[in-house]
Amino acid sequence: MEQRALASSLTALSMALGVAVMICVLVIHSVAVRQFSQDAQGYHLIVGGKGGELQLVLSTVYHLGQPLYPIPYTYYQKFTEGEFAGITKAAIPLCLGDSYEAPNGRMFRVVGTTPDLFDKIQYGAQADGTPKRYEFQPGGRNFKTANFYEAVVGSVVAAQSGLKVGDEINPTHGIGAEGHKHDGFEVVGILKPTGTANDRAVFINIEGFYLLEGHALSPHEDEAHEEHAHEHEPAATEAAHEHADEEDAEHDHAHHEPLPIDQREVTSILVLCNNELGPMVLDTAVNKGEDRIAQAVAPSREVTRLLENIVGPIQLILLVLTILIVIVAAISILVSIYNSMSERSHDIAVMRALGASRQSVMTIVLLESILLSLLGGIAGVLLGHALLGLASPYVEARTGVTLGLFEFDWQEIVLIPALVALASIVGFLPAVSAYRTDVAKALAGSR
Amino acid sequence: MLLVENVKKSYREPDGSQLAILDVPELSVAAGEQVVIRGRSGGGKTTLLNAIAGLTTVDAGRIAVNGTDVTRIPEVGRDRFRARHIGFVFQTFNLLAGFSALENVMLGMTFTGQRRDRKRAEDLLQRVGLKHRLTHKPAALSVGEQQRVAVARALVNRPVLLLADEPTANIDPAHQQQVIDLLREVCAAENVAMLLVTHADEVSNQFERVEYLEEINRVAAV
Repeated sequence: MEQRALASSLTALSMALGVAVMICVLVIHSVAVRQFSQDAQGYHLIVGGKGGELQLVLSTVYHLGQPLYPIPYTYYQKFTEGEFAGITKAAIPLCLGDSYEAPNGRMFRVVGTTPDLFDKIQYGAQADGTPKRYEFQPGGRNFKTANFYEAVVGSVVAAQSGLKVGDEINPTHGIGAEGHKHDGFEVVGILKPTGTANDRAVFINIEGFYLLEGHALSPHEDEAHEEHAHEHEPAATEAAHEHADEEDAEHDHAHHEPLPIDQREVTSILVLCNNELGPMVLDTAVNKGEDRIAQAVAPSREVTRLLENIVGPIQLILLVLTILIVIVAAISILVSIYNSMSERSHDIAVMRALGASRQSVMTIVLLESILLSLLGGIAGVLLGHALLGLASPYVEARTGVTLGLFEFDWQEIVLIPALVALASIVGFLPAVSAYRTDVAKALAGSR
Repeated sequence: MLLVENVKKSYREPDGSQLAILDVPELSVAAGEQVVIRGRSGGGKTTLLNAIAGLTTVDAGRIAVNGTDVTRIPEVGRDRFRARHIGFVFQTFNLLAGFSALENVMLGMTFTGQRRDRKRAEDLLQRVGLKHRLTHKPAALSVGEQQRVAVARALVNRPVLLLADEPTANIDPAHQQQVIDLLREVCAAENVAMLLVTHADEVSNQFERVEYLEEINRVAAV
């Protein structure tokens, strides 16, 4: 190997590149699966308008794609004080459809919601089962129901936009930079990194959201729900009055009246049930109920379906491609060693003359193949993780998926023994050639 | 120490016929004895050395080295026996280019199944005058130095028999005598029997016993 350093290095490099790509595919898939699964934890159901179930999950949980058509606010009230309230532990309304354009041009989704999102919902769990709860970076806090124009931003948003507590943001109407700018919201808290899609979103008080231009329904727009509209005053009305004098309510908009119920809609509702049967009951009630204006989706089920039907096959294709790359690299090792066998026959003959058995020289050639594969493989593992580490900020900024330098996938453990097996197979042909070397002829040929 | 009896060897020609190479009724070498074998090219000298070393199987006969008939032991055993008891010096030195002088000598110990004795290798290289060249690779050594490394490698396992196949054929006259002197001196000092094949009169003239292949090999005599 030392004598053929360049050729050996190149063959090992080709193996390293193949393995590096494989590592990237394995780790990215593993992290993405974990991330997707984790993001959808903390609640049982997502209730939203009729349409694609996956679209509802993607727009609500991952802030991807277009939100579905909204449902009446009164439907949300079924979970807080209506027919579903008995089995609902928490129901978080979400209003989607606005964006925030950072000074550097980056766009982030804006979510109108209640403080309950951060107070009552957990995201994932620690290894020991301890729930992970949303926390705020020092100096920040959750927004308050009574303070209509307060906002909380995700850690990635803060990092990439430079937003800090006390800054004002102006959401843009619609998903994109084309819409008109809304009134300002004061940033009162920045979330600690959660590793979820919420790191990439801006959360504003739903009461403020409703008061923004274009967010209120005209009473006649929703006649079907008008009769229910005044049955319940929004919780914020009461809260707004109670806390109007608080220090935190000194914002210019603090004394606005909340939008009447009949002019409100929600895009989706995160529902946390208070018993194990709750999700099933609600699923049936919402999806097979009389009004049929909404659908309930178990996010974990949709995520599993997404992973199995879309992400899984893509990963399989990528894995097959990378396995082919590694096999091609292994064949290049075979070609490299086999082509060098004629020049090695002299060295092999010398070793045989010095007492090396046929098995010994065969083993030496096999070991060379294995060593090249192993060195290439180890270099590939390191290179793959280095690439992941380098790509991490970019991937995180674009997708919210956090890739670490030391993210490992259990399949990597199989990789090295698999490489040894592959190297043994490709090294077998030149090893047999070494085994069959005619010592007398090879030594005579060197004269 | 070496006894060759009724050894016959032939090769199959491409047309299927057999080409006889060796037919040696008897050849013996005593312990520590130094013997030269001379003969015309193609006379079977190298085949005889290979047969004694166990690198080539014979069709018939017996080759006993230190009492062991190498024709009777399986190949793996022959390899181990060769590593431990027979030293080989080749016409072209046959050092491994990627190894240093010391590594080339220690390579000779690799296949004996015993612990490699680095000090023994260093001592031998010192004895052949290469103490200052231990880490040099063959390309950095002169032709004479390379052959001295080859001699050290052949003797490193304290063999009972050294087979030297025209060891001075590729060396300029100035260095030829140095190599012959070295071989004779070290073999004598280590009590190693030597069977040296050469064409050169100036080499064979220095040995008390010279065997002509035409006299010991019936095939060569034809």
